[in-house]
Amino acid sequence: MSEGVAAPEFVGSGDGSHQLTLFVSGGSDLSARAIANARRLCEMHLDGRYHLSIVDIHEDPAAVRTSRVRAAPTLVQYRPLPVRRVVGDLSDTDRVLLGLGIRAPTDVSRTR
Amino acid sequence: MVTTQATVTKRSGATIESAVRRGELPKTPTGISGLDEVTRGGLPRGRPTLVCGPAGCGKTLLALEFLVRGITEFDEPGVMVAFEESAEDLIANVASLGFDLNQFTADGQLVIDHIKVDATGTKETGEWDLDGLFLRLGAAIDKVGAKRVVIDTIETLFGAFSNTAVLRFELRRLFGWLKDRGVTTVITGERGDGTLTRYGIEEYVSDCVIVLDHRVTEQTSTRRLRILKYRGSLHGTNEYPFLIAETGISVLPITSPALLHIVSTERVSTGVARLDAMLGDGGFYKGSTVLVSGTAGTGKSTLAAHFCDATCALGDRALYFAFEESEGEILRNMASVGIDLKQWVDAGLLRFQCTRPNLLGLEAHLFAMQKLVGEFDPAVVILDPVSDLLRIATEPNVAAMLTRQVDFLKARGVTGLFTSLNSDAQANQTDHQIASLVDTWLLIETAAGNGERNRTLSLLKSRGMAHSNQIREFLLTSHGVELTDVYVGPHGVLTGSAREAQEARERSDETVRLQDLEQLRGKLARRRESVEAQTATLWRELQDEADIVGRSVSQGSTGDENRASQRVEQGRLRQADADEPEGTAPVLDGNVRSS
Repeated sequence: MSEGVAAPEFVGSGDGSHQLTLFVSGGSDLSARAIANARRLCEMHLDGRYHLSIVDIHEDPAAVRTSRVRAAPTLVQYRPLPVRRVVGDLSDTDRVLLGLGIRAPTDVSRTR
Repeated sequence: MVTTQATVTKRSGATIESAVRRGELPKTPTGISGLDEVTRGGLPRGRPTLVCGPAGCGKTLLALEFLVRGITEFDEPGVMVAFEESAEDLIANVASLGFDLNQFTADGQLVIDHIKVDATGTKETGEWDLDGLFLRLGAAIDKVGAKRVVIDTIETLFGAFSNTAVLRFELRRLFGWLKDRGVTTVITGERGDGTLTRYGIEEYVSDCVIVLDHRVTEQTSTRRLRILKYRGSLHGTNEYPFLIAETGISVLPITSPALLHIVSTERVSTGVARLDAMLGDGGFYKGSTVLVSGTAGTGKSTLAAHFCDATCALGDRALYFAFEESEGEILRNMASVGIDLKQWVDAGLLRFQCTRPNLLGLEAHLFAMQKLVGEFDPAVVILDPVSDLLRIATEPNVAAMLTRQVDFLKARGVTGLFTSLNSDAQANQTDHQIASLVDTWLLIETAAGNGERNRTLSLLKSRGMAHSNQIREFLLTSHGVELTDVYVGPHGVLTGSAREAQEARERSDETVRLQDLEQLRGKLARRRESVEAQTATLWRELQDEADIVGRSVSQGSTGDENRASQRVEQGRLRQADADEPEGTAPVLDGNVRSS
């Protein structure tokens, strides 16, 4: 049984924008924290050039297979390529930005 | 090996039932040949078991066979979670063992879920859990109603996640979750440096730990299995050799758990009449094990061939494992001593399996033999010679292997004949090690003397039968083996030409004596004739004399009568007294010889 890595359908995504999906597991504290962090992060650093969808893996088990999500929460950036993933509650903003390729590694080292 | 598996299954089932009755840990039989005996019934039911070992030791295969046997033998569907190999690879890998995973998948008995884990493009920030994995596993278990789950190899996750504290917590949660679901799980783990698994998974799986190993000794690799831990259950503690054979994994317990062989009083002919006589009445016991040891060229194989011949002549099958000669060579060589084995080969009663010992490891040999015995179902198995196995393994290992072979054969009621080549007249160490296992031990020795070597055969032991203590001379003739009495006399024990010379000498002595006797007899006869002739002459003379005397007597008496009558006449004339006595002249009877 192979699994696809196809991006979910995005509605109203513009050219060059960031397509993001946050997979969470139920309505736990962890999920809530991750959702809040993701929203804040997108607002601050992507400035409207993004589309963020949130999937509860319990409600959409099929998405687990297609998205290759093992851990929750997982933020997957389907566009721009390559597909990047950030696992965790997204509390470390610098690491998230590094993980999504929004900030280059040198920037990270400087900001630290 | 179908029958073997069936018996294992049956036994495992019985073990579980009795275990539950005794309030012991319920177990899930693996169906893997031998493993259920070592674990005394299988893996702990509804709990995780860790199978660990170095790369290439057979972890994945053992886990997969656990699933396959579950489906085919116990009707328990399974889920395979593969972190390393893709489903296609797994299916292809085990297809050679006859496991059609595609079929099981199509039948809804098996789910193979390849969960690819790669660290590339993944970053971690803060807390997370493995709910995605749990969900996926849960979905797979629900899909087929799985009772068995295999996770191969969970440690791959450690390569994908850097926060090991979270991961460890999640693994602990995973195993707890699997227990709650009541599935029997096999988790595989790669051996670490000084630890059982690279990331210490054994800390979380505390119910049962099986360690696999793959060692090379004397250029021969042997896989070994050991139950390191089995909470709440007795288990075999030894290292057990195991094989990855054509039909899957086969664990070979070194000794059978109990000596419960079928015992027979039926005899099977050795094919040599005189040897049958030596063994009391009619040959070896059916299902016994015979060791024939001797130095090179003493006729051990010939004796084995006789046994095969006699077995096949009764319509039974014989299986001949040869480590030195090819089938063609054996047939030709045995034909030269008048044993026609080809007819039995043609009739399908005799099968040869000729392999060089170093072709396979010791365990592989054992397995191959047992497999063939299972297929061919012979009454007699020949191993010629077992001492050749020493070339590929050490003596204790060979002895251990032969012990298992003996147990295996006895359990099936198969008569085994092993030959063993000795370097000198003394039995070697292996002989002694397996001598206690065999029921009958024949020793063929050669004695050099008078410029020749002569073979003698003796029975060193033969359990349960009155057997001859005599040494017999062992002759290889154009019509096979012949046993003759050795010469035992005032000149010692003689064999070969010395025996024949002695016998010739005795024959010539006898001839001379007979001639002398004949001569004496003739002489006596002649003397008798002469005596009889002389006697006859004397008698004739005596008779003549007697006749003469007779005649004289009769003449004399006539005169007397005349004289008496004259006297009576004269008396009458003279009127004398009438009472005068009669004349009493002696009468000589003519028949003297009869008196």
